[in-house]
Amino acid sequence: MTQVSVTVDGVVYTDEVEARTLLVHYLRERLGKVGTVVGCDTSNCGSCTVLLGGMSVKSCSVLAVQANGSEVTTIEGLAAADGTLHPVQQAFYDSHALQCGFCTPGMVMASCDLLAENPNPSEQEVREGIEGNLCRCTGYQNIVKAIQAAGRAMSGTATSSTATSNTEAVRA
Amino acid sequence: MIPASFDYVRPSSIAEAVQAVGSAGEDAKVLAGGQSLLPVLRLRMSYPDTLIDLGGIAELRGVREDADAIVIGSMTTHDEVTRHPLIKQYAPLLAQATETVGDRQVRHLGTFGGSLSHADPAGDLPTVALTLDAQLHVEGPNGSRVIAAKDFFLDYLTTALEPGEILTAIRIPKLGEGWSSHYEKFNRVAQAWSIVSVAAVVRRDNGAIAESKIGLTNMGSTPLRASAVEGALVGAVVSPEAIGEASSHAAEGTNAPSDLSGRADYRNHLAKVLTKRAVLAAAHR
Repeated sequence: MTQVSVTVDGVVYTDEVEARTLLVHYLRERLGKVGTVVGCDTSNCGSCTVLLGGMSVKSCSVLAVQANGSEVTTIEGLAAADGTLHPVQQAFYDSHALQCGFCTPGMVMASCDLLAENPNPSEQEVREGIEGNLCRCTGYQNIVKAIQAAGRAMSGTATSSTATSNTEAVRA
Repeated sequence: MIPASFDYVRPSSIAEAVQAVGSAGEDAKVLAGGQSLLPVLRLRMSYPDTLIDLGGIAELRGVREDADAIVIGSMTTHDEVTRHPLIKQYAPLLAQATETVGDRQVRHLGTFGGSLSHADPAGDLPTVALTLDAQLHVEGPNGSRVIAAKDFFLDYLTTALEPGEILTAIRIPKLGEGWSSHYEKFNRVAQAWSIVSVAAVVRRDNGAIAESKIGLTNMGSTPLRASAVEGALVGAVVSPEAIGEASSHAAEGTNAPSDLSGRADYRNHLAKVLTKRAVLAAAHR
């Protein structure tokens, strides 16, 4: 067993784990953070994306011991304490950027990572930026819209809902 | 899918790492960013007794200038490589190719040295190292040595690293005055491996190619140099016709695989087409 100390969604956890424990299994099974899901288990789909040290990673392809001493943010750590959704979550809600919802936690975390680097990505930049995340409902249109709307909302250029309709107006 | 049990060691210096790798014996694996190794462990295609994690060794990370070369620590991540001003300036081929590796998540953890040590012939970075005549710095129980990229890749997933040795740094000569480069990647969908890709580094002189270095990805069990093309390009006018003629030699001396992504004859065709594109793009930079 190996000791890990990780800050997850703002709370410090110290545990003894088997070295082979994947970060996603540590989050789900030890900490109960089941908001982070396992999709493909082969590092293709991105459903298990979390932020490790502020950068997106696929938590099925990281050992929990590799995260020792780091800060992890999961989908469960995004909303405010009073339940107010994170702007990316709100934009996904407003733009109906989900169908079955299974890819959503990973999509939202990947979006947070992308928008932190590029607050106003073009459609092409969004599509390339989320290439590591698969939506098997193929609901990409609204996911792309939501990410662009969230970017505008977070950079203060528009509210997410007006931003969506603005995009549609421009396209029309 | 969970990896088989292993002992986990996380050294904090190169010296400690060499000692750990040496004492762990044959059934040890070295963990860099883990973006190839962890899937392999999960699928139980490999079950080492000991895993030596290089993630805690600060001296293996970073990029520095050293006279006519840049030196990249083996644990420098793909993400760091794509952003580093020294690499953008002096090895733009590496920055361009690295941006096509995996996806953002993979590039945040995957490392340059890990990719070279894994030596997948469908990987982009072994080809870049070969094309840029990189020198690979290695530490082992018998001290340090330098291996030229052309001597490093021996076979499918097989390198010249001896048991107990780890790759510590990669030295890449600065791109010379008048040289330009391009990496032409061909794959089916985002985040997929190269079906075939071509790295081209050229020096123009008076509207013609004076010298070139052409590397091929996934045209054999190791990355390859298209030496017949390099020869045919000398003096070739930078026109689609002349470059296309020289590029028709791209499949010579290769041994392309046949798999779900394409048969060998299709890859031979791709190599010629992509070489032409890569050389023209490089010459027009």
